[in-house]
Amino acid sequence: MPSIAAYDFGEFVETACFLKDQPAFALADGTLRLPAGGETVLALHEGGLLCATPDPFGKRLLTGGEDGRVVSVAADASFEEVASIGRKWVSAVAGGPQGAVGLASGRSAYVHRPKSELKEIRHERTVEGLAFAPKGLRLAIARYDGASLYFPATDAEPVSLEWKGAHLDVAFSPDGRFLVTTMQENALHGWRIDDGRHMKMTGYPSKVKDWSWSAKGKYLATSGAPAAILWPFSGKDGPMGKAPLELGTRGDTMVTAVACHPAEDMLAIGYQDGMILAVRFLDSKEALLRRGGGGPVQTMAWDEGGRLLAFGAETGEAGVIDIAG
Amino acid sequence: MSETANTAEQIPVTVLTGYLGSGKTTLLNRILSEDHGRKYAVIVNEFGEIGIDNDLIVESDEEIYEMNNGCVCCTVRGDLVRVVQGLTRRRGRFDAIVVETTGLADPVPVAQTFFMDEDVRAKTALDAVVALVDAKHLPQRLKDSREAEDQIAFADVVLLNKTDLVTPEELAIVEATVRTINPHAVIHRTERAGVDLGKILGQRAFDLTRVLDNDPAFLEDVHHSHEDHVCGPDCDHDHHHHHHGHEHHHHDHGPAEIHDVTVKSISLRGGEIDPKKFFPWIQALTQEQGPNILRLKGIIAIADDPDRYVVQGVHMIIEGDHQRAWKPDEPRVSRLVFIGRDLDAETLEAGFAACAARAKAPA
Repeated sequence: MPSIAAYDFGEFVETACFLKDQPAFALADGTLRLPAGGETVLALHEGGLLCATPDPFGKRLLTGGEDGRVVSVAADASFEEVASIGRKWVSAVAGGPQGAVGLASGRSAYVHRPKSELKEIRHERTVEGLAFAPKGLRLAIARYDGASLYFPATDAEPVSLEWKGAHLDVAFSPDGRFLVTTMQENALHGWRIDDGRHMKMTGYPSKVKDWSWSAKGKYLATSGAPAAILWPFSGKDGPMGKAPLELGTRGDTMVTAVACHPAEDMLAIGYQDGMILAVRFLDSKEALLRRGGGGPVQTMAWDEGGRLLAFGAETGEAGVIDIAG
Repeated sequence: MSETANTAEQIPVTVLTGYLGSGKTTLLNRILSEDHGRKYAVIVNEFGEIGIDNDLIVESDEEIYEMNNGCVCCTVRGDLVRVVQGLTRRRGRFDAIVVETTGLADPVPVAQTFFMDEDVRAKTALDAVVALVDAKHLPQRLKDSREAEDQIAFADVVLLNKTDLVTPEELAIVEATVRTINPHAVIHRTERAGVDLGKILGQRAFDLTRVLDNDPAFLEDVHHSHEDHVCGPDCDHDHHHHHHGHEHHHHDHGPAEIHDVTVKSISLRGGEIDPKKFFPWIQALTQEQGPNILRLKGIIAIADDPDRYVVQGVHMIIEGDHQRAWKPDEPRVSRLVFIGRDLDAETLEAGFAACAARAKAPA
């Protein structure tokens, strides 16, 4: 039976992650809590923290706040300001190759690169989300009616990927072949980057607010339904013409958070009522990790070894689950 | 039709509309600086106008998001979705939210955001739409733009501001114009937006349990029926005051000088209603005519139901719920109000009459 080290931070947990092997929780009040070995509190943002994303290219956490700043927290829990844009809210951050950082505020995306000036990329509509491609300095932004792809080191015109509706978040598949967005409506949209071919991923009863790529990018797991919905991305056409996996189906609640295991074909599923299950892709076998709680699971993350799962809820409840017990 | 309940955890949101120069900034400054014991988060278009430093003032670019289906009724304000979600994650930080819209803003997507977006809807409740009107410049604004008229038509509360800049005669005409566009709003005459904030904040105008409670025209309707209202043969309410209070009449005999009013209000009444007829009718009506309907409100006397049933809507969005028991001395009268454009009063009246609980000939 898994064991849980439980915490209650009393504030909305935006992002749970691991810095090296230490669990860390970024809270909406602008602090980062490192509860291991006596709690350490880092005050990252004044006013509040709006977004926090682990940098897939480096072992650090990037956060954006109401104070218009982007902060980078290193594996040793030291932190520094990466960028500051004044009084505007930083609504999204993303880490890129060679220390690059992307941030979004209103109708601008900004790219910070070490030893060069902050570059502002203005857009006609709000930049809702951003992500860097796994290879090369290429930035994707999600916006109204589609997504745009930039090479921020150059002044080349962006590549436009069009699809009607408001696109809120964006991600590249780990192999860089596909771009996927979440939408204001209850759907995902995707494009094969080579030829712009569309992928419609619909049928959700609710907005998709969390997603996670499985080991080697075989599946994209998503929230927004009474089950975790996993779209297959291993074939050359991505999920087109294929049915998604539905795992951890429950009749009376919704999936609010998903985190794929870093090595195994298995994922953690967090629900509206605070329950957390681990479910294997192969046979849908379920293991109960957390019985429930006071509010929806907002965020989950595995440690590098895939033994510890950190989670946080809207209510401030949080914890670290050791699946080996 | 969805049933809703406002819970204590839902943060009230007031939407402030009005043309440039109508006094929105003055009012916002008062809301932010006066000692009223409540903390407001204010979402503005530009920090610059507000001379107060406060970490609960958020700047936001107006961002109209239509859904993939292209339906105007599903249009929301994307920036509000994001900012409201950001604000509401932190409990206890403030008591209520005020959204300032630009002078040219369409108020409907703003309001729809609070019904259409599931997250925003779960965390907040639309309190009221307050329109500021510049008494001096309203006639010109109505000639210039449809937005000025929409803002008034859509409002629950209208502040007729800058009354010191017009003569009493001009003011009377402007007020009558506002009444013509929207007979159901509460109007306050003000100078320099000087109104008791308790009269614009915390109105619960979208709260189903209070639908039409504060509606001046509706209250009058109880006593002053209109000849063109649909009354069944057994309708026993007072028919004797046809010539009072006609400024709220929907026949557009508003001020002669101003012909720039394209919105109209249609009030219907009837007796007991057959729910098997009424619900399909109102659903189909709002589906077909949703784009023309700015607001709708009603109290329905459902046959054999001890409770008043209340409905309200914005475009195609309609919600309803049981409100409270009919009082023993209260006439079981059904009332339904539409504010919109290109609405056909006769068709609406006939449709509503056909929902009567017993077979009745329309009046």
